[in-house]
Amino acid sequence: MPATPALVGRLLSAASWLTSPLTPDDYLGLIDPLLDARRPAARVTAVCAETPDTTTLTLRPGRGWSGHRAGQYLPVGVEVDGVRHWRTYSLTSVPDRPDRLLTITAKAVPGGRVSPRLVHRTQPGDVLRIGPAQGEFVLPDRPPPRMLMFTAGTGITPVMGMLRSLMSLRPPHPDVVLVHSAPTARDTIFGHELRLARAKVTWFRYHEHHTRAYGRLAPDDLARLCPDWRERETWACGPAPLLDAVEDHWARAGRGDQLHLEHFALSPALSPEADATGGRVRFTRTGVEAVADASTSLLAVGEAAGVRMAYGCRRGICFGCLTPLSYGRVRDLRTGELHDRAGQSIQTCVTAAAGPLALDA
Amino acid sequence: MTVTVNAVNADNPEIDFSAEEAFGQELDRIRAEIIAARGAGDARYIHAVITAQRGLEAGGRAALAVSLFPPAWCAGTAMLATAKILENMELGHNILHGQWDWLGDPAVHSSTWEWDFLTPAEAWKHTHNHLHHTWTNVVGLDRDLGYVVFRMSADQRWQPRHLAQPLYNLLLAPLFEWGIALYDLEPDAVAAGRKPPRAFLTDLTGLLTKATCQLTKDYVLFPLFAGPSALPCLLGNLTANTVRNLWTHTIIFCGHFPQGVQTFTEEHIEGETRGEWYLRQVQGSANIEGGPLFHILSGNLGHQIEHHAFPDLPSNRYAEIAPRVREICERYGIPYVTGPLWKQYGSTWGRILRYAVPSR
Repeated sequence: MPATPALVGRLLSAASWLTSPLTPDDYLGLIDPLLDARRPAARVTAVCAETPDTTTLTLRPGRGWSGHRAGQYLPVGVEVDGVRHWRTYSLTSVPDRPDRLLTITAKAVPGGRVSPRLVHRTQPGDVLRIGPAQGEFVLPDRPPPRMLMFTAGTGITPVMGMLRSLMSLRPPHPDVVLVHSAPTARDTIFGHELRLARAKVTWFRYHEHHTRAYGRLAPDDLARLCPDWRERETWACGPAPLLDAVEDHWARAGRGDQLHLEHFALSPALSPEADATGGRVRFTRTGVEAVADASTSLLAVGEAAGVRMAYGCRRGICFGCLTPLSYGRVRDLRTGELHDRAGQSIQTCVTAAAGPLALDA
Repeated sequence: MTVTVNAVNADNPEIDFSAEEAFGQELDRIRAEIIAARGAGDARYIHAVITAQRGLEAGGRAALAVSLFPPAWCAGTAMLATAKILENMELGHNILHGQWDWLGDPAVHSSTWEWDFLTPAEAWKHTHNHLHHTWTNVVGLDRDLGYVVFRMSADQRWQPRHLAQPLYNLLLAPLFEWGIALYDLEPDAVAAGRKPPRAFLTDLTGLLTKATCQLTKDYVLFPLFAGPSALPCLLGNLTANTVRNLWTHTIIFCGHFPQGVQTFTEEHIEGETRGEWYLRQVQGSANIEGGPLFHILSGNLGHQIEHHAFPDLPSNRYAEIAPRVREICERYGIPYVTGPLWKQYGSTWGRILRYAVPSR
């Protein structure tokens, strides 16, 4: 019934005259968070451990979900002590499944605030906020005839979404080589499924490498593992040093245009000491960079650098200067309190840099 | 009147500069404690208020749809008035202050919230959060000190039009949301050349758009949907809006205008330190005493002193810090103006009447 969602949309849009300044979604969300299309949510329907520190969550997305492409990632909002934290996790399910379910696969980062909770303490029935699927690291609509996937650790997750999609397609299938490394067989996410596919799927070759026993793979090893790598369009995902080496290797071979890379958007590791002083500030919207010391407000830093900053009282009262923190850490000049939650709006008039950071201004 | 802080305590005849800073540091410590303690319980509180407010609003609208039946009219009007009061006070006012920004929830955030009040949230955040909360009770800087129309301090020049200010107040109370909407356009600032006419027109467009939505909803669409109950429904909506106007006007006027609340001059705040700012906020505000329900329905603005000292702390925490703020004030010999609603209300009227005539 393709007309139904459009009709519902029109009705709700008309009903917003009655709910103004709220929207019908604000009321629907109270009945069931999954009915709220403005703030999409998903309900966990199954939790499945992949490795000791990795879990796949099966999600039923609500009204606000608009679909994804294989290889994309999903922003997930998890409430911890009343505060909603946003993280992104690769979608590992085939897009547009008939049952409309999604899967994401998450690894618990030791000492992390969000991922350990998501991996170890999520239960079926829990509701998570979700954002629209994002990312350019995707399976093309018409896959090239020969593909190489080069992954390490959790870098397998977006590629798994692509492989499962390829396997769900009708022939002809591309010729696919996957070279994947993980610490041990036990730590290999989707290891069982991949080994099974290697045995059954004729167009899929799989090399699994264990770094604890045999050391890390380097791009040079591809000459041995996949001699025709130059002729293959390649998707690589894994830790930053590996990706840097891959990028360099492909560029030297003059094959940079055949390479797709996915950097997991891990914000730069923050040093734990509270007295980090100042830092470089990037204003992402204007492209301006400036050096900030630990006692000058970011509002003053931005204005001195010629950025048109939002402002108000200039003393931390009115919240007129709220600007989203893209990444990095700031210190409240009044209290010394540190803020480092990416996406959080900060009061630039009473915060200073506590390390390198970027503001969405 | 310009205020110097005098101790009531004979052992401590005058508060000096360092005492003001020590006073500020004590308040800073309270602020830091609450910020560290905010958590899941506070989040549950605000979500419970949001759910209650939307439930009351939906219930009120449903009852008014069949309000030819008199008990339905009474119940519907009461529920809708309560919903509007909750929305404006405990939700709108406080969320727009950024008290809940720390939740990281875009649905409950000062930058995205729009309220069920005529003036658009953006306009109000400028006049209220920025101008009023920064320059609280400074004659010539805080437009809320008499809302441009009233004379509330001997430091404000008397003009013959002030003779009519008791009448203005009688009219303003039932029409409060209209008064605030016009006030937020800052026509006085345009006349004085402080606000460009273009900005005024932008704000006016914003107000007209918002007002169209607000008025269509309450006075056209819901009455139409009520069919045979159209007229009682319209009257119920009008009553709910008016009750809300009377209530918000009362709470807001009683927060700054009762006897004992002080005003300040521009010279007084030159080079103001953080301690002095706290001192001005505390002395420029008045509390209203009441039970828990009163405080929720007044957006916890009965704790006006605590709100002005900490405008960005979650309102559900004001009650627990109020005794501590009061104790600190007593220790430093700083007056802490508080009283029951009837007393503060009478006192506010006394002030409006007193300053209607020229000071001797």
